[in-house]
Amino acid sequence: MTDKPVSNNPLPNKERIKLPRQRVPEQEAQIRACNFHEVNLGFPPEMARQESLRCIECPKPGCIEKCPVSVNVRAVIDLILAGDYLGAASKVREDNALPAITGRVCPVEDQCESGCVLGKKGEPVGIAYLERFVADWERETGQFGSPVSAPATGKKVGLIGSGPASLACAGDLIQMGHQVHVFEALHELGGVLVYGIPEFRLPKDIVHHEINVLRRRGVVFETNVVVGKTVTIDELMHEEGFDAVFIATGAGLPRFLNVPGEHLNGVYSANEFLTRVNLMRAYRFPEFDEPLYPCKDRDVIVVGGGNTAMDAVRSALRLGAKSASIYYRRTEKEMPARVEEVHHAKDEGVHFEMLVNPTRFLGDEKGNLTHVECIRQELGEPDDSGRRSPVAIKGSEFTVPCQVAIIAAGTSANPLIQSTTPGLATTKRGYISANEDTLATSKPGVFAGGDIVTGGATVILAMGAGRKAAKSINEYLKGLNGAAVETEKAAVN
Amino acid sequence: MFPIVATRQVARGIKLFEIKAPRIAKKQRPGQFVIVRLDDTGERVPLTLADANPEAGTITIVVQGIGKTTMLLNMLEAGDSILDVVGPLGKPSEIENFGTVAVVSGSVGTAMAYPTARELKRAGNKVISIVGARSKDLLVLEDEVREVSDETYVLTDDGTAGEKGLVTKKLQELVDAGEVDYVLAVGPVPMMRACANVTAAKQIKTMVSLNSIMVDGTGMCGGCRVLVNNSSQFACVDGPEFDASQVNFDVLVQRNNMYREQEKASIERLQADPEGEVRKLRKSNAQHVCALEATLAEVAK
Repeated sequence: MTDKPVSNNPLPNKERIKLPRQRVPEQEAQIRACNFHEVNLGFPPEMARQESLRCIECPKPGCIEKCPVSVNVRAVIDLILAGDYLGAASKVREDNALPAITGRVCPVEDQCESGCVLGKKGEPVGIAYLERFVADWERETGQFGSPVSAPATGKKVGLIGSGPASLACAGDLIQMGHQVHVFEALHELGGVLVYGIPEFRLPKDIVHHEINVLRRRGVVFETNVVVGKTVTIDELMHEEGFDAVFIATGAGLPRFLNVPGEHLNGVYSANEFLTRVNLMRAYRFPEFDEPLYPCKDRDVIVVGGGNTAMDAVRSALRLGAKSASIYYRRTEKEMPARVEEVHHAKDEGVHFEMLVNPTRFLGDEKGNLTHVECIRQELGEPDDSGRRSPVAIKGSEFTVPCQVAIIAAGTSANPLIQSTTPGLATTKRGYISANEDTLATSKPGVFAGGDIVTGGATVILAMGAGRKAAKSINEYLKGLNGAAVETEKAAVN
Repeated sequence: MFPIVATRQVARGIKLFEIKAPRIAKKQRPGQFVIVRLDDTGERVPLTLADANPEAGTITIVVQGIGKTTMLLNMLEAGDSILDVVGPLGKPSEIENFGTVAVVSGSVGTAMAYPTARELKRAGNKVISIVGARSKDLLVLEDEVREVSDETYVLTDDGTAGEKGLVTKKLQELVDAGEVDYVLAVGPVPMMRACANVTAAKQIKTMVSLNSIMVDGTGMCGGCRVLVNNSSQFACVDGPEFDASQVNFDVLVQRNNMYREQEKASIERLQADPEGEVRKLRKSNAQHVCALEATLAEVAK
């Protein structure tokens, strides 16, 4: 028996590598800068086929190796070439519970696409666009390529948070036959996918659809439960009959710059700004009640260089800002944001000011922000992260007009669960300590993963943690069964 | 969905609600709050818990209609539902035997101070309640407060009930007499600030409950940040009660005015068609129940 499957690609390899990478259709920059509709429009079927034809079907596919959840990219592409889009979607779902989401927000240039051989000489296969294509096909045609679950085990697992780590974990656990109950603190499910990532990058309908797929498969979701306040981990395990718990509550508290004037009206954390705009739909005020400090015809400065900063600045632009700028203390090379996001922001008219850091926020007599004082920076020696750290240039202070400032300087651990769960060990920085391989915490039956363990990272890494947790929770639950059998035996004897 | 099981008009523009919320009822401690969102297009608004009945699975909130959401909420009746209620949030009030405590409250703040006063009494304190309002028809829960207090003083700005004057007048007398070991003040910002000023000279520990603007209520957004002892604190998780002598009230007032224009516009829209807004809310929440039932039916299949 040979491992090499029959390929649905009719072209010889030398023809395949000549094919150009398909450019995904986008809304035009000037138009999209004024609306919250999705920027990327996605591949139509013909483009998906053209792009799939480029895959040279490596015997050891680097794309699969580089994917944090090991999606069988090669098999997916072959199913697309066979015209079996639903089959392709099911294939993705075997390893990835949220393909329509990852197909949109994964930093693929560092993951699957970085493993593509074609990328060494030319451009890699557009794997993310293909993943998105099959997931969108499934959704838009009203079909569900969901795999069949294992027989019920009678074990109950509680997942805390409904972000990417939890949803990925839920997908796997339900597949394994366990009962899954997801608790969400906010009123809407999806975690960072709904409060953090804007509509133009990830439409909420898509998140809701993926959640509904899980719901149809039997996952129970409960909103408005702040674990640590509404109910504790111990109560879940001892009073509500959960056999295991997975904590995936995300990173939490916003970091501020701790410079004077940060309490002025108009100074936001990126978390608050994005939560108001995304979760609370403040961009549709007054149709929606939640207000937002106005950005229209104003100068908006976003401090930071990550994806959150890009999301904030591009949202400000769409809210009618007169100018929308990124102020970053290092150079573009060190910016943690995805290259595609930076390009999109630039095309839309975002201004980038590198090597600057705010020193002071200035306001009027009513306490409303009017200006920001900044200082120029230069790059010094590399720090712990390997990036050269910025050093202030003495006397280089300057003041710019700014009525809305958004601080996207990262987050720190939210202590809510740690402080209400006796026996749960934390790191020096307050994150939950979890075994790297099993994600088990110091407390039996309690697992943790995603940003609450690693600090702020990406959607797909959180999903990877969710899958890892599902696997070891499954092992743990099997062990419980073993223990139960042992106890019964002992009782008989 | 959180059903309203009973309502009672307790003063002009102030209404008491009993809401079915078993999880919150079980965990609630005095001083904590909930965040409510009335319907699909609603904003998230923090409201202090006035009481809870764990057996019945209900919580009590007392709401003064001052913004769009609270005005709309006050038009709802038993049988209506609130889409989202989350809590209990924030740290509970500090309860220990301080000796003699003065619980000072203004208008709707009395409902928030009441459960703490009751707990302080249970903890062995001598509780002196000072209840104030602009006018008689704005006084709330006076009887309940009397029941849990050793002494109760009522003051109104216009003299229509109790003594004429501000609550600080009475507090000053007690402080001057050296009778007070601990003060809790809950009410409008100017009242809390004035209380802080009264007790500052004698360094009597005074706690105030801060009503800053919130979104998530779990520490995630930082919108509720207040300046306490010159450092940033989040009212939702570090508070809502803080040592009054360390609170920067100017920053609190300034930040609470951040959305003044939008709030005004929202109230005007509500007042243009209040009945229509209530109908819209009822319809939207009913649809939610229908959608949920449909999904459950499908899952069952």
